[in-house]
Amino acid sequence: MATAPRLRQHVLTVTSRNPEGLVLDLDRVDFIDSTGLGVMVGAAKRMRMIEGAFRIVCSQKHLNELFRITRLDEVFDLYETLEEALASVPGVDGATRSDNPEGAAQ
Amino acid sequence: MSEDFEIEIPPTFEHLAMVRSVLSSALEAEPILKEERLQDLRLALSEATTNAIEAHNRLGTTAPVGIRITVADSKVTVRVSDQGGGFDPSKLKKHPPVTDPERLEYERGLGVTLMRRLTDDCSITPTKTGTTVTLVVHR
Repeated sequence: MATAPRLRQHVLTVTSRNPEGLVLDLDRVDFIDSTGLGVMVGAAKRMRMIEGAFRIVCSQKHLNELFRITRLDEVFDLYETLEEALASVPGVDGATRSDNPEGAAQ
Repeated sequence: MSEDFEIEIPPTFEHLAMVRSVLSSALEAEPILKEERLQDLRLALSEATTNAIEAHNRLGTTAPVGIRITVADSKVTVRVSDQGGGFDPSKLKKHPPVTDPERLEYERGLGVTLMRRLTDDCSITPTKTGTTVTLVVHR
């Protein structure tokens, strides 16, 4: 909850530039609550509106379990590694990485 | 044998991390849950406390939110009591199916789902002034 507003603002800033894709790397995230999941739903919605790709990197068992029980694993495109996620974004041959603590990359 | 840990927090989100830490500390003293189940209960407690804080903020009250953790031999029980006017969980909006593009219109409303799925028992009880959420995880 405490970092969710920052993540939401960061997503808004990034998506306002109409990127080809947005990759959210959760590998260094140790806690996510429903507010954080809601921010990801919002990010997916905004990327769909601009017809961009939205990918989430998550190899942590506990976080993947949260996606499963909320059935968001059927909504999001989840990847085990950042490299796989970036490679899956159409038309992107390179990426800039954000130093945002929530691990967003664009 | 059981041991109680009781705290009250101001209704601000900055206190959520502390609430989770108190639960972890209580279970360090009496480590009856596996790490995975402790993580489940930590998140469920965080969701219940978030809802309580939001209820207080809606009412504009600065009254504290009460949290009681009871560690027994076979289970951990957490009660989160607010004075936020109460709410009816049966009136929660249902999310569209995940295959429906409309699902992305719903950024909120996952907290109660998580509390129910991550615990062995979750009850939401109206009180005179608000709501008490009781979460139970068995050993």
